[in-house]
Amino acid sequence: MSDDHVYLSLAEGHEDDARWAYGTGFEDPLHGVDTTVPAGVDAGSLAADCVALADDALVSAQRLAEWTTRAPELEEEVALANIGLDLLGQARLLYARAGQVDGTGRGEDAYAYFRDAADFRNVRLAELPNGDFAFSVVRLLVLSSWRLAHFEELSAHPDPVLAAVAAKGVKELTYHRQYAAEWVVRLGDGTDESHRRTRRALEQVAPYFGELFTAYDVRDGVVAVLRQVTEAAGLPMPVYRPLPGAGRSGEHTGHLAPLLAELQSVARAHPGATW
Amino acid sequence: MTTTHSAEATLPEGSLQEHFDATIARDQRIEPRDWMPDGYRRTLVRQIAQHAHSEIIGMQPEGEWITRAPSLRRKAILFAKVQDEAGHGLYLYSAAETLGADRADLTERLIEGRQKYSSIFNYPTPTFADVGVIGWFVDGAAICNQVPLCRSSYGPYARAMVRICKEESFHQRQGYELLMTMMRGTGAQREMVQDSVDRWWWPSLMMFGPPDGDSPNSAASMAWKIKRHTNDELRQRFVDMTVPQAEKLGVTLPDPELRWNVERGHHDFGTPDWSELKRVIGGDGPCNAQRTQRRRSAHEEGAWVRDAATAHAAKQAERAREREGAVA
Repeated sequence: MSDDHVYLSLAEGHEDDARWAYGTGFEDPLHGVDTTVPAGVDAGSLAADCVALADDALVSAQRLAEWTTRAPELEEEVALANIGLDLLGQARLLYARAGQVDGTGRGEDAYAYFRDAADFRNVRLAELPNGDFAFSVVRLLVLSSWRLAHFEELSAHPDPVLAAVAAKGVKELTYHRQYAAEWVVRLGDGTDESHRRTRRALEQVAPYFGELFTAYDVRDGVVAVLRQVTEAAGLPMPVYRPLPGAGRSGEHTGHLAPLLAELQSVARAHPGATW
Repeated sequence: MTTTHSAEATLPEGSLQEHFDATIARDQRIEPRDWMPDGYRRTLVRQIAQHAHSEIIGMQPEGEWITRAPSLRRKAILFAKVQDEAGHGLYLYSAAETLGADRADLTERLIEGRQKYSSIFNYPTPTFADVGVIGWFVDGAAICNQVPLCRSSYGPYARAMVRICKEESFHQRQGYELLMTMMRGTGAQREMVQDSVDRWWWPSLMMFGPPDGDSPNSAASMAWKIKRHTNDELRQRFVDMTVPQAEKLGVTLPDPELRWNVERGHHDFGTPDWSELKRVIGGDGPCNAQRTQRRRSAHEEGAWVRDAATAHAAKQAERAREREGAVA
């Protein structure tokens, strides 16, 4: 290969946005999709559904981003970033759809950066701190199984945009669930320490299950997945102890506000700026 | 290269050396199974490991901004870029492993301070403009250093560099595009960009290493065609490439001696503070301790996870053997 060609090419203009990683280059994520709200679909509740699903994804992506440079192995750096990027992509599409249908015309950043914790509708499990790697993969297993089961239903939603986002998400979430399940099995089966940590992680996530199944009626499918994985890992199914409150109603743990303060810090410090 | 390998069994070392020298002279590639002099192998392991370490440590200065990126688009771009760096580290450690090195051992050397990484990553990133300037300058300088390595005499390294250079050139453009956008924004954003340019310009010039007269490892690397250009040649190339980009962006490079020299057909520029480079390489840069400490704690805190994966794999293998025994 010619050195000079590569150097020269850097100084030239480029329009080949196809090379932008993970769909980060586009301005209008829903370009070319018919965005009319179909008859019989309530725009207000469609927008609220999109925001809640986007909030779950954004908050989860933020927690996954916190693993960057802290993962136990380089392969895990790459995999956790992949999952975080998928979820961030889902959040962007869903916020964009909410802005189209809720009548405000807001863009994705208005939802992400200029709402406070009480306005976020993510489930509380997503906002809990990362804890150790066992907690992070157990949480990922639960959230990805839950979201996947719901996205499978949503891919038949009468709104074509939400249905398209869900159909794309199903492929991504299937990988997320597989990645998490493999790690839960490795950790459950691995050493005494990894077994103990993973068992504790299962106990820590269990109180947040109720909220997930109140939001979407996918309990049987998710429980079946958890039973299969815990059995393969030699771990007990956690005892279900529901915790009152729900992120979907804007009731959050104390962990969400600091997460958002960090996420929103630069955007809010520079009103009128363009990035 | 299979002829070389079969020659190894029969030829005395002198002939192996001649064969190696002839391969280098013909600009052909040395492959992992070929005979190579020990010095060549050692030099390559050192260089590839330093390069891999630089990718991994280099995730930190920008990685700090993923959670704070001011738009979802910038967040996705930065997250993907830092992920690419982890991927580059992985290919490079794999290239080093083709020479008999071991990733775990190289990681130990890094966190014990026995192997170096690029001095540039020991500078702090106090503002979001640093994300753009790192893309523009640091990835730009890395490309100048690395594009010639795509023709390096060692096959696995050269091939890894082709892929890495493509991604780095993409990162450089993303960084530059962020700065262009910021320069069209508020006055505070423009000031932030200029401040960042002022802080990163000289450290970026130092990325090419000491001047040629003071670069102990260069001569052998040039003769073996591991390196293809001297430090000063590459530094000049970077300056010539960057000056018109700075003009287009509307920032000032902080060097009063910087001007076009018609006779040379290159820009003249001032002398970096080489004592600063020595200090930073010697461990006394603004963030050396912090960078190594982060890598060390990630490695140590992840030990139980890696142990669990190893133990699980061993148990699985044992179970497979038991099943085979039961069948037999």
